[in-house]
Amino acid sequence: MSGLQMYMLLGALIFLLGLHGLLILADPIRRLIAVNLMGGGTFMIMVTLARRSEPADPLLHALVVTGLVVAISATAFALRLITASLATESPGEPEHKAVQLPTDSDDRGQPPA
Amino acid sequence: MIIDFMPDVILAFLVICMAWGAMHAPSRQDAMALFVAFGLLVALIWARLGAPDLALAEAAIGAGLTGVLLLQAARQIPAETSEKKSSMQFFIPLVFVVVTIALFAGHMHGDDALLLSGEPDTGVDRGRLAPGTSELVYGAMTDSGVGHPVTAVLLNFRAWDTLLELLVLLLALSGLRQLYPHNQYPDQQPPDKRYPHEQTPLAKTYETLNRVAQPWPLLLAWSRFLAPLLVLTGGYLLWRGADAPGGAFQAGALLAAAAVVLRLSGLLPPLRWSSLAVRLMINIGALAFLTVAALTLTFGQGWLSYPASQAGMLIVGIELFATISIAVTLTLLVVGEYEDLHT
Repeated sequence: MSGLQMYMLLGALIFLLGLHGLLILADPIRRLIAVNLMGGGTFMIMVTLARRSEPADPLLHALVVTGLVVAISATAFALRLITASLATESPGEPEHKAVQLPTDSDDRGQPPA
Repeated sequence: MIIDFMPDVILAFLVICMAWGAMHAPSRQDAMALFVAFGLLVALIWARLGAPDLALAEAAIGAGLTGVLLLQAARQIPAETSEKKSSMQFFIPLVFVVVTIALFAGHMHGDDALLLSGEPDTGVDRGRLAPGTSELVYGAMTDSGVGHPVTAVLLNFRAWDTLLELLVLLLALSGLRQLYPHNQYPDQQPPDKRYPHEQTPLAKTYETLNRVAQPWPLLLAWSRFLAPLLVLTGGYLLWRGADAPGGAFQAGALLAAAAVVLRLSGLLPPLRWSSLAVRLMINIGALAFLTVAALTLTFGQGWLSYPASQAGMLIVGIELFATISIAVTLTLLVVGEYEDLHT
């Protein structure tokens, strides 16, 4: 097994671990981290593919640089959505009141008795 | 033989551990710290894979700024509720992960055409595989006006991507502005123009947070050293970007990091949206890019195809303005508080 094959596998594994986390986690920040990990796995596969030729393919590198900046834009926007949705639930009250997101166990836990 | 692979194997093992920890660490703080560590390790992997541009960008953007962003956001939302998943819910998706990765590995072992297509003497029919974009880029380098292939791709061959990327940054920033608390409560009286943040409960919370969060003394001391160094390094990366790894995005990210450090330690006043200079700096990258595009469309050979004699100058000019825009936009995305975005 060559080094490149190992990095291909690593990229796929990180993508899948991120997907796994996205499916099973409930905390919005952790889910956002999971999405970022999926992005990291994708980038890793792209950079490994760029390494097929010597010297490395600059087109894929440029695409990943673009992808990194788009990823942080999306992350910043998603975090603002998270903070806004968690912090501004009850408009009438003068005090800031935290609201819990419904967890998965509420949605599809035990069948109603 | 195995010695050659040892760094890769160690890095891969650490990256897997960090990725797992970044999602499943017991406390959210630990998870975010591990995500930053994950970004730094990935930057090392990029360096191993011969992508220094990406290593720079990942260390500055992927690890640094994203980490600050997560920590800032976590400060503003309630603590995580501890919720228990049944082990069934946890392990069935994990089985899916294991099976998929095994299939992927098996496929790569049986037919590694995906990895071979760039190599010259493999006997694989190359017409069947992806064309060598690498040769295309290196073949056209003499017309590009710069000496570094990644910069040439970003700002000349695929300048459209970079222009749209600047627009994505603008879009994210305007999205952030839409989501801020004012106008969120239509049944309340309109906010007082002079003291808008006195009106809404959320704004009050933010104000309290900002007041309570005294900068850590070490941060205060370090930021005075770090910020000038970051500005210097950013300028160097921008200038060297034409011929060596570096460029507008890395330089912009470093400048943004400098501004974020100063902003968090309270040494930099809010970048107020009402100030014309701030809005101009945010938009100037896209404006300069669009101006060049319009000029090449009108007087030159077409949209964003630079004349070869002036390509170098145009690229450096666009990069300079794009760096300013990227730096200010990223700063606002990361530490854009109420005072920055709505006053």
